[in-house]
Amino acid sequence: MTHIYASSVIASPAGQIWPTIRDFNGLPSWHPVVVESRIEEGAAADQVGCVRAFRLQDGGYIRERLLALSDYEYSCTYAILESPMEVENYIATLKLTPITDGDRTFAEWSADFDCAPQQETQLIERVGNGVFQAGFDALKSRFGG
Amino acid sequence: MIEVRRSTVINAPIAQVWKILRDFNGHDQWHPAVERSSVDDGLKTDQVGAVRNFTLVGGERLREQLLAMSDQEHRLRYSIIESDVPLIDYSAEISLKPVTDSNRTFWSWCSCFQTPEGREIELAKLVAEGVYETGFEAIRRRVETNQARHATHLTAPANDRAIQGYAMVIDRYGRAEELHQVAIRAAPPGPGQVRLRQTAIGVNYIDIYHRTGYFNLSTHQSALGLEAAGEVIDVGPEVRHLSAGQRVAYACPPVGAYATVRTMEAALVIALPDNIDDVTAAAGLLKGMTAEFLLHRVHALQRGETALIYAPAGGVGRLLCQWASALGATVIAATSSEQKARVARAAGARHVLLPGETSLEEQVLAITQGHGVDVVYDGVGRDSYIHSLAALKPCGHLVSFGQASGGIGSRDIDSLADKSVTLSRPNYAQYTDTPEKIAILSERLFDAIARRTVTIEAGQRFPLVEAAAAHRALESRQTTASIVLLPN
Repeated sequence: MTHIYASSVIASPAGQIWPTIRDFNGLPSWHPVVVESRIEEGAAADQVGCVRAFRLQDGGYIRERLLALSDYEYSCTYAILESPMEVENYIATLKLTPITDGDRTFAEWSADFDCAPQQETQLIERVGNGVFQAGFDALKSRFGG
Repeated sequence: MIEVRRSTVINAPIAQVWKILRDFNGHDQWHPAVERSSVDDGLKTDQVGAVRNFTLVGGERLREQLLAMSDQEHRLRYSIIESDVPLIDYSAEISLKPVTDSNRTFWSWCSCFQTPEGREIELAKLVAEGVYETGFEAIRRRVETNQARHATHLTAPANDRAIQGYAMVIDRYGRAEELHQVAIRAAPPGPGQVRLRQTAIGVNYIDIYHRTGYFNLSTHQSALGLEAAGEVIDVGPEVRHLSAGQRVAYACPPVGAYATVRTMEAALVIALPDNIDDVTAAAGLLKGMTAEFLLHRVHALQRGETALIYAPAGGVGRLLCQWASALGATVIAATSSEQKARVARAAGARHVLLPGETSLEEQVLAITQGHGVDVVYDGVGRDSYIHSLAALKPCGHLVSFGQASGGIGSRDIDSLADKSVTLSRPNYAQYTDTPEKIAILSERLFDAIARRTVTIEAGQRFPLVEAAAAHRALESRQTTASIVLLPN
């Protein structure tokens, strides 16, 4: 099992950032590598169990299932069903935690998955930097960081 | 059950913060509320089940047991088993997480407990502020002082690529004579850091508070100073806004500006525009940024308002007079001599008050047809507090930003209701602690300097090695412009 963890500090209250994150169909509105997204079978984007299908800038096609969504903990957990990356059992969580001194937010994004050993370094870079950190950078330029 | 949760971000790698916190018996070494700590039965400090005995600075005792500790998760949990403070069924957790994109540490401290009926709010506040937030600040000071010492590398080996220089430091609080020269080496900049060759260093009254211990420093040897200008020697990885050879300045904690070379966090360093020379930047950045946030953030001064400003011939006072009058406010300045009154008038003060037969507030009321002023910018503190309140109009704002005559101490808050007064007690650090805040403040200041809304006057200059003489000159209160130290 490979574990990836990335975190950042965003200069806005968690309650302000959360609506952007919680929209499971909203990646194109904030994440730079996602160009279009839809929820399958006409489900609501906050229905636990729904599946989003989205396309990346480089043409890649990914399907992910929403496993858990918590407005209480500001966290969202999802699993990859289908993707160009050679990963299995991929489960990721994006979570916001308020920082009580200053109206700031601690943002964490982590993933666990299985992959071929020779792929591991490249996947860690691709997911950790290309997806997680790129997402944080986009949130920081939008909400301050 | 009461739940208390506090969190912060510490500008240090997680390993450095965890090393301090995981010492379960060592909290008396850093937490201001803990006088003494000892562990029962000769157990080790990181032995799960160990019981520590705290004596607090107020004399209260408590016993706490370590329930869990994880070096992997950077987490420790403990509970109170006996206490003079009535925290019942108290169990707390300290947890650290890395901020991976800036090598900092997110620190969460939370607990659940019960209290005797009616004391919930008081005790929750004690835990949240007296224990957790106070602990955050203590660790922040400790690691940031360590970083400053590390950055100037007082103990660096001779054979690294460090650059030699010297700093003016104190080994203990005291008189100006405590300042002495030591050789230092500025380490090569690490990630997010910049190394500077400093060309001009600002001397501020806060440096004297640091020297005398009015504001705490670490007990270790420490260079003073918050403000300098100079040139970038080199930058570490991940620094994008600065490059070698660039002219820069800074005005912010941690202390350590009284040095010829310095390695520090690049995020705190600002690029200087061509129209601002190094001496002007060192003389004016801290005072100018102070004036900026006092006039735009603490009390957003409006056209048509009347402001009372003390010490109009002093560093911040003169800038406040210039900027406030440029904003369209009527400035009333209070000073002590005709010579200083001339400085005040030149800086835009419409009226200047001198000590006379009637009190300051009577003079203010006479000028304002009995109304009083909208806002008082008071850097004097103890001696002026009562007069400042009396000079305010109803719903006025007292901005108490300094303590030249001593702190304002304990005062009766109820009496503020007589006129619905707002009292602010701003501190430079909170307005200048992030790159974003510094960028906004400095941009507006540079613009005001470029348009000559404010003028920075560099006064007396001293060689850096004569920092003690510079302090004595500032303490004599005979100076009317900023003192600057020159390394060469």
